Amino acid sequence: MCLKGVKRMRKCALANLDKLFAAIAENADLYLPVNDENGAASYKKWEEGTEMSDALNTVKSPKDFFFPQSEDLMTFKTEGKNIEITDIREESKDFVVFGVRACDVRSFDILDRVFITDPQDSYYASKREKGVIVSMACTRPTETCFCAAFGIDAAAPKGDVTTWKTEADLYLQANTEKGEKLLAALEALTEEADCAAVEAQQAKTRAIMEKLPLAGLDTEQFGGGKTKEYFDAPEWKELSQSCLGCGTCTFVCPTCQCYDIKDFNTGRGVIRYRCWDSCMYSEFTRMAHGNNRNSQLERFRQRFMHKLVYYPENNDGIFGCVGCGRCLAKCPISMNIVKVMKTLGGKKDE
Amino acid sequence: MSEMREPLIPYVGVITDVRIDTPDIKTFRVVTPDGKKAFDHRPGQCAMLSIPGVGEAMFSITSAPTNTEFMEFSIKKCGCVTEWLHQAEVGQQVTIRGPYGNPFPVDDAFAGKNLLFVAGGVGLAPLRSVINYCRHYRDRYGKIDIVYGSRSKDDLLDYKEIIEEWATDEGVNVHLTIDREQEGWDGHVGFVPNYVKELNFDTDKIAVLCGPPIMIKFTLEGLQALGFEKTQVYTTLELRMKCGIGKCGRCNVGSKYVCKDGPVFRFDELDELPGEY
Repeated sequence: MCLKGVKRMRKCALANLDKLFAAIAENADLYLPVNDENGAASYKKWEEGTEMSDALNTVKSPKDFFFPQSEDLMTFKTEGKNIEITDIREESKDFVVFGVRACDVRSFDILDRVFITDPQDSYYASKREKGVIVSMACTRPTETCFCAAFGIDAAAPKGDVTTWKTEADLYLQANTEKGEKLLAALEALTEEADCAAVEAQQAKTRAIMEKLPLAGLDTEQFGGGKTKEYFDAPEWKELSQSCLGCGTCTFVCPTCQCYDIKDFNTGRGVIRYRCWDSCMYSEFTRMAHGNNRNSQLERFRQRFMHKLVYYPENNDGIFGCVGCGRCLAKCPISMNIVKVMKTLGGKKDE
Repeated sequence: MSEMREPLIPYVGVITDVRIDTPDIKTFRVVTPDGKKAFDHRPGQCAMLSIPGVGEAMFSITSAPTNTEFMEFSIKKCGCVTEWLHQAEVGQQVTIRGPYGNPFPVDDAFAGKNLLFVAGGVGLAPLRSVINYCRHYRDRYGKIDIVYGSRSKDDLLDYKEIIEEWATDEGVNVHLTIDREQEGWDGHVGFVPNYVKELNFDTDKIAVLCGPPIMIKFTLEGLQALGFEKTQVYTTLELRMKCGIGKCGRCNVGSKYVCKDGPVFRFDELDELPGEY
């Protein structure tokens, strides 16, 4: 939010945006959303001439920056009966992720509670420490958006620095020490600004938010302590019936954090890596002596119970969903968390 | 960077002894390359063992914490990692990390109580740690009963230790059973749950169960028929795990992760969770 007197608002003319990016990239790797030839946005490393995408959101979430889709953890050398373990962790470089939307910014808080709680995951933690999140307020939220249901304000995203892009300017405001530091380094390219333009934009965005089809999505009925209420609900059968178990929802999801650990034998040694996994896959819980989630119904239920009940139960009521809408847009059978919530919650709006 | 200890990076361990217990169970003794115990643990806790290039898996530590020299793992051959381990010889290095999970409440809820251990097959492995801990601190506990059953007498784990050490302890009663009649066996024949009912135990004790799901189910029912409350009965669960520290997302039962909130649960606690284990 624009807080006069508390946080300083700066602005940079859009005409100078390239200079601003160049200045950031001088001290850190800068990543921002860039459109491909089909207009789909993904985060790319900035270089001279890179144009920032205006897309509402990237196809894949920015969780990759801290929890990569695949990440080497350590290597082993084996010789005869002996094993040598090599810690291949390296100091992360400073980097800036620019243009992160409010929903995705919240997803980092959700992932932090998994990876940074004791015992801390140092792979994740070191990247979190080095990464600076520059968020950008939404101006054109769309019909798949429902971040407001989780108390997220698309017009006032959090992050180390919040930005608002208006017709003529980029407004910037620091929220954290890291953010202050970044803005201090950009002082020469920005100027003091008042909040009027930002406030006007926020009012417009919030007005759109209120009229979105998913604006009234009710989360009240979910949360910790509701396992018994929903676990055996007959609705799971119908909801999960068409699920292909493809795992697309988990891969585009900014909060899905399940992973697998695998070994790859290179011929000259073994790399132990981790990669994203999905609770939607039949192998996920399969053991030598059986599988405790044998059916797609059980696996489907697990994913939604985790986001709506289990995660909040373990994390002070915070839901494991941010309403980014990626799963709504990407599921091949058009099943998604909104349908699950509406169906379980008494078939509202039907 | 490397000063931050990373829980997923294991230590090197060496197999210093392999004992063949049954046709499909071997007990491996593991120490660090300089001959020490890799880390301390509590009874009922687990450790991740791996063979680089083959895989990593969670095993209960079958030796008691009172053994300060080495750790032991009784492992049944049933998957990739276990099959590989079964071919391993003394001197083979593995990787080890842990300890994981919550132990049995041996110093709290168990203190001063009579104890009943009921195990089936390789289910004795996690209980052996508790049994030997309680035997070590014998005066802290009341009477100890151990009911242990297997398919045949050849499938009884730790048989020598049971006969020569446990059965000869003051105040420890061992009740062995096998599923079917077998030549050279003059002990009890029958399934564990039925034997527990036949033995008609007093309810003045805490019971600890570990074995195949079907054995646990019927033994619990049998104990309840004898008057035991669920608050008196404990078990230890096993689900697929990758990280062991509550992050990889696969060993949950409802909101609980078996690796960090378990593996030890009391049956009234399990009642609060969905039956997905």
